[in-house]
Amino acid sequence: MIVEIGHYALVLALVLALAGGTLPFWGALRGDNRLMAVASTTSVAQFLFVAVSFAALTYAYVVSDFSVQNVVENSHSLKPLLYKISGVWGNHEGSMLLWVLILVLFGALVAVFSENLPLKLKALVLAVQSWISAAFLFFILIASNPFLRLDPAPLQGHDLNPLLQDVGLAIHPPLLYLGYVGCSISFAFAIAALIDGRIDAAWARWVRPWTLTAWCFLTLGIAMGSYWAYYELGWGGWWFWDPVENASFMPWLAATALLHSAIVMEKREALKIWTILLAILTFSLSLLGTFLVRSGVLTSVHAFATDPTRGIFILCILCVFIGGAFSLFAARAGQLSQGGLFAPISREGALVLNNLLLTAACATVLVGTLYPLALEALTGEKISVGAPFFDMTFGPMMVPLLIAVPFGPLLAWKRGDIVAAGQRLLFAFGAAMAVVILGLALMGTPSALALFGVALAVWLMVGALSEIAFRIKLGRVSPAESWRRGAGLPRSAWGTMVAHFGVGVTVLGIVGSTAWNSETIVTLKPGEAVTIGSRTLTMDGFVPISGGTYTGTGVRFTVRQGGNVVATMEPEKRLYTVPNTPTTEAAINTFGFSQLYVSLGDISADGSTVVRVYWKTLIALIWLGALVMTAGGMLSLSDRRLRVGAPKPARRPVAVPAE
Amino acid sequence: MLLWIVMAVLTAAASLAVLIPLGRQPHAPAHAGAARSIYRDQLDELVRDRERGLIGDAEADAARIEISRRLLNSDSGAAAEAPAPPPAYRIERLVALVLLPLLACGIYLYVGSPQLADRPAVNRAAEPTAQGNVDDLIAKVESHLAANPEDGRGWEVLSPIYMRLGRFDDAVRALGNAKRLLGSTAERESLYGEALTRASGNVVTEEARAAFDRALKFDPDDVRSRFFLAMALGQAGQKDDAIAAWKALIASAPADAPWLAAAQAELAQFQPTSTVTAAAPTAGPVAPGPTASDIAAAAQQSPAERQQMIEGMVSGLAARLDADPKDTTGWERLFRAYMVLGKPDEARAALLRARASLAEKPELLAVVEQAARDIGIGKD
Repeated sequence: MIVEIGHYALVLALVLALAGGTLPFWGALRGDNRLMAVASTTSVAQFLFVAVSFAALTYAYVVSDFSVQNVVENSHSLKPLLYKISGVWGNHEGSMLLWVLILVLFGALVAVFSENLPLKLKALVLAVQSWISAAFLFFILIASNPFLRLDPAPLQGHDLNPLLQDVGLAIHPPLLYLGYVGCSISFAFAIAALIDGRIDAAWARWVRPWTLTAWCFLTLGIAMGSYWAYYELGWGGWWFWDPVENASFMPWLAATALLHSAIVMEKREALKIWTILLAILTFSLSLLGTFLVRSGVLTSVHAFATDPTRGIFILCILCVFIGGAFSLFAARAGQLSQGGLFAPISREGALVLNNLLLTAACATVLVGTLYPLALEALTGEKISVGAPFFDMTFGPMMVPLLIAVPFGPLLAWKRGDIVAAGQRLLFAFGAAMAVVILGLALMGTPSALALFGVALAVWLMVGALSEIAFRIKLGRVSPAESWRRGAGLPRSAWGTMVAHFGVGVTVLGIVGSTAWNSETIVTLKPGEAVTIGSRTLTMDGFVPISGGTYTGTGVRFTVRQGGNVVATMEPEKRLYTVPNTPTTEAAINTFGFSQLYVSLGDISADGSTVVRVYWKTLIALIWLGALVMTAGGMLSLSDRRLRVGAPKPARRPVAVPAE
Repeated sequence: MLLWIVMAVLTAAASLAVLIPLGRQPHAPAHAGAARSIYRDQLDELVRDRERGLIGDAEADAARIEISRRLLNSDSGAAAEAPAPPPAYRIERLVALVLLPLLACGIYLYVGSPQLADRPAVNRAAEPTAQGNVDDLIAKVESHLAANPEDGRGWEVLSPIYMRLGRFDDAVRALGNAKRLLGSTAERESLYGEALTRASGNVVTEEARAAFDRALKFDPDDVRSRFFLAMALGQAGQKDDAIAAWKALIASAPADAPWLAAAQAELAQFQPTSTVTAAAPTAGPVAPGPTASDIAAAAQQSPAERQQMIEGMVSGLAARLDADPKDTTGWERLFRAYMVLGKPDEARAALLRARASLAEKPELLAVVEQAARDIGIGKD
């Protein structure tokens, strides 16, 4: 009964989405306040119904109800509870349900927390959001329904892809979806503004917290996915320029651009048309990502579904929403009034440069992702666009962007002084140069590219700190005064600093792990050892392992450095019994920010084992940097003035401290 | 019943989500008011930015003028709207009360299965297995074995089912466990060897050969082992040894041995001109007919699977007769088989084919016609 209640709740959510997409829209056109208010209640109700539905499906997984086809196909009664739950979204149908759950969650959040939003704008935003959820709910019910039942019901399930039985799966998709789907809100705001015909600074302020939230989750989701690939796939790589990864990276690039252009729009009411376009583009790329991943166009660990009807269905949704949005944009863009003026060298100018480079980079990734697909569809020729293409195109575009990052926050609005900004960055420049000289002195003749990369990372990090140091007049006034100034700075300024610093951290990790990465592949017998860098790994022996759904062999290694034992590591080879699939579990040990990575190849009958050992310098910084970026985003989000678009509710008598 | 009550409550909640806002005046800021407060906030921010040196003095003045202009403009559209008496919302209420529930019920009845109850796995261990459902039986035994992997009998029961379903790797594993736990016997070793052979695509591997050799140590007359070892000789290219082995095997066979035909077929491969009389299939060098384990497994089959197996055999017979129509008893068997399977039309069609292919051999055709009349299909 619980399963059927979940099914019915999903149907009700669809019906409510249809009501919430039409009645408030009609109300907004007629100027009828009460009809417009229907948007809020139906949005909240949609969320509640989809939540009931999701809970019912989760229940079916937890109790292993094998009368539900989806549970049979993706679960097993012996699976550990955590993976039973994460199995809910570890398959096509369930993940689409999670997608919609997050979609309606954002709708409900807008409905509940946007008290200050004008009624008409709110009604239109929620109506657009309801259209999107109606389309996807319809898709779920017709083409990928997780509530289909089986009668007679089998007694046991088919388990799930062992690669997906991992804590990473429990976290990665929800985070990524929060990011992907969060972009729908800025899209809905953009469409609502185009319909309403009113696009102003106020709009930018209302939409920015939502963009920022989506961006934070997207950052976390991508970083999580990358780390998961790194430790689960056993190749020691953390980014493969795989189309599925690109599918999540493109919305991130567009969202990053949107985040920055929305600042210009909010502060100076410039770049209006561009910002609207970016908002549409970001969500379009999210939809494209969903299509690429969910349609089976791409074969990878993500392609649970290879059912072409589903692909066509999502393609139709994609075309209707993206096509509709761009048509509306084309019809309305000419009527938008121009905003504030600014000189080329100014904060606005810097942000325009940021936008140009980010969108160009995004376009590059788009071409690199879609071109092989288009070519295969047209000529049947299979080509692979991999790292070399992206290194040649994406890399050179990022370098000027990263060099420019520290300048942005130091330039004044409207008309900036690049020389003054440069002077303030002298220290950062000096630090970067010092790194180069130090590197040359210590390591002789290392790769020029690697040194440049490290210098760039240092430039970014010290540059971010310099900006704050300048704002709080560090060293030029007493420390107490600096502290007071620091406390007075808006949190969004701190957020900028932290996020830009995080970019530097990630760059350092990327450069370090690429330039000073060493690996060996050896065949070892118990008692033998392999040396990598300054560390020696001794193979101690085999350990039998067994979990709920697998058995296997672990190999115990003792890691010694200078004769002292510094770690023991135990990579595993597992054999999942249902279905009969072998997997390799790498063992990773972190030393500082660097990691030792051990993964097993074939084990022969005589005990000799192929062992791959990687030393990855500073690699942990890649993900740490993403965490820092997210922290910056959160800090900025916590800025009271940004919070849910609420301007100061009441004037405080005390003046804001001189910032 | 409870399901319908809960569904009714949910539907009512959905209708209310539309009805409630229609019944009360919302209080939310109009666009102008909300925007104005933001512009005022921007002006404050401008002052702070100038103090922090984020904008030059002249530019700040220009920006102030821009913002003030927007502030003034935002007033223009905001004439006080007198609250008009709310309309009756007849259509909207109708939508909420009638269309919404109807649509929801309609879609649900189309996609849902209200008659099916939840079936958590915990409650189902004692559930009687649906008759003939092999998957359920396997699932039960498998989950029992996952909990008691040392139960040799369980593995032994499971292995022929795996063989029947073509899950040869699983059969190898099951038989390996049965051997380990219950001890080696001729039967287990030879079955293990057969599973290995099938798993590697009917090639008798070294490992399989070792298993058959072990089986022969327990029982030198073990037919299955001798059968596959003869096959192994053939596959290894030892033609004369293979012929000798097959001949010895056929000589020792009882007349009704189910594997006899297969053995003769194997032998026929090496003696293309031989006058093997029995039903020797001409196609498929390594397609042994039902072996002892096949027959044993047939007992475990579901009716549907058994039906499938029989139909496969019948169509094989028909194909063979098309190639070699001189086998009169074969035709009789085919007619009978079709009648038993309830396909008299097929039987008549077969008779027509027999007439066509035996047109030049009236003496054989007469025998076939007689058989058809006896069976009841040759009246015309």
